[in-house]
Amino acid sequence: MTPQAGLSFEQAPPILVPFRFFLSAPVFGVLAALTLLWQGPALFDSRWMPPALALTHLMTLGFLGLAMLGAMFQMLPVVAGAPISRANSVSLGVFGLLVPGVLTLASGFLLVSPELIRLAMGLLGSGFTLFILAVAVSLKRAANNPTSRGMRFAVLALTVTATFGLVLASNYGWGWWIANRIQITSIHLAWGLLGWVGVLVVSVSYQVVPMFQLTPAYPKPLSAWLPPGLFVLLLLWTAFTLGNMEALVPVAGGAIALAFALYAGVTLRLQTQRRRKISDVTLLFWRYGMAALLLVLTLWLAGQAVPQLDNWPGYPFLLGMLFIGGFVVSVVNGMLYKILPFLIWFHLQSRLTGIAKIPNMKEILPEKAMRRQMRLHFAAVPLLALAPLMPPLIYPAALIFGVSMLLLETNLIFAFGVYRRNLKLVS
Amino acid sequence: MAIYKNVRQLHEEERPSGKFMETISEYLSSDHHRCDDLFALAEELAGDGKWERTATEFGAFLESMRHHFAMEEEVLFPTFEERTGMSMGPTQIMRMEHQQMRGLFDAMAQAVEKRDQDDFLGQAETLLVLMQQHNLKEEQILYHMADQVLGGEARDVIARLRAVA
Repeated sequence: MTPQAGLSFEQAPPILVPFRFFLSAPVFGVLAALTLLWQGPALFDSRWMPPALALTHLMTLGFLGLAMLGAMFQMLPVVAGAPISRANSVSLGVFGLLVPGVLTLASGFLLVSPELIRLAMGLLGSGFTLFILAVAVSLKRAANNPTSRGMRFAVLALTVTATFGLVLASNYGWGWWIANRIQITSIHLAWGLLGWVGVLVVSVSYQVVPMFQLTPAYPKPLSAWLPPGLFVLLLLWTAFTLGNMEALVPVAGGAIALAFALYAGVTLRLQTQRRRKISDVTLLFWRYGMAALLLVLTLWLAGQAVPQLDNWPGYPFLLGMLFIGGFVVSVVNGMLYKILPFLIWFHLQSRLTGIAKIPNMKEILPEKAMRRQMRLHFAAVPLLALAPLMPPLIYPAALIFGVSMLLLETNLIFAFGVYRRNLKLVS
Repeated sequence: MAIYKNVRQLHEEERPSGKFMETISEYLSSDHHRCDDLFALAEELAGDGKWERTATEFGAFLESMRHHFAMEEEVLFPTFEERTGMSMGPTQIMRMEHQQMRGLFDAMAQAVEKRDQDDFLGQAETLLVLMQQHNLKEEQILYHMADQVLGGEARDVIARLRAVA
């Protein structure tokens, strides 16, 4: 670490910098649920059909993308000592490009409109470029710890994902056809879900798992080597895939799966060793997410061994529902329930100290409301995962998932309302 | 009110086989760890509605935090500021966060007196996040900077930290 690294202890960015992302994210979850209800069992005909692509991107770019970008704006100053400069303008720009970008991309798929896809490419391409450049500048001066190093790999993976995503979208935008579209899609998907989302969750958990539950720290070799290791394995896997080295592709894939399984296992183990005995929704969301991750990895390995499973059209949906809905959405949902009320408290105390009593985190976001939403989410995931097997299940699954996302949104809005009401006490 | 071990005595017990902790980082980080344990215990007891013991353990936690802040505010921060010439930098923010935590300590103490479980647990939750992100900044950035800047003096600083009552 250079002596200058992390010298800037600037406080959190203005509250709206992360909140515009957090408050919008669940809306995309609701839109995803509506898409499921609209399409019904026909959705499972093929993962290559446009509605399936719309659904996937509403969840990954919309819900997860917004939540994770918002969290990075917030976390960079705290965990890496490196705030994004001009955070407010940058976040407004990124937000203003990505939100219409996701909406036009999803409508472009659903309405089969090349014009909308082209528009989406411009919006998403410039939004991600702006974000990646701003974060790259910030991470260059970041303190050197496993989390900030992991974030660098995650952002590199995001760059790869976005690039391949634009190439693929151009297919729909201009009606040309890439010969190896299936390979390019696998690469786009692997870098997005395992590289960007996976490595970011892994890196952030080094800080937040010990922090929120007082668990022991992750073993040093694991925290140091997992993000770069996953990155290198993804590079190898990509090279094997593009080089048509069919014997080696599953080897690299298997190694990636085992690395994530190791991470999930260690996380669950650390949580059993937590010194904070009180259980809370965040802990439950994380455990659920880790269990879903272990399950999806097992099913993926099973698919490698049993070709019939791999060839079943419902299989990618099963994996996707469990990885995105079961693993990542759970973890992000749990994190939102810690970060949001804390930030509201944090911003209120700087304004209200000495003037009025500052509401505590559980007054800002009541436990009961969080638990109610959590139970719906926990019920929705198994139904979503089973729906590819029993297609009519898609209706109750989508309904419960949609209500869960709606409750998440109202919970977050309730918390933000507490902030606004209390702020009025000052003025 | 509280029956707790002398803080320094606890340090002695934690230290592996009498080996002197060599860096400021190790010394103060392990003190964070100890404060966290006391916090977790008080929170658990309040969650179970055991108010007598909550009062005792929360008192021990407050005392350990008072001592930790004193080590930093009376010894580490001034020494660091003197060496680096930065009095408005990171140490200033750390002092401010100590103030924020003191506000929560008071709120929690009132909740213990009123035996208001919801309020205590809500304040505790808030304190935990504030305290942990504060500790993170200290452990990952400030303490390392202090070890670097103070170099050979670190042993002497640790000796002075140990002398803080």
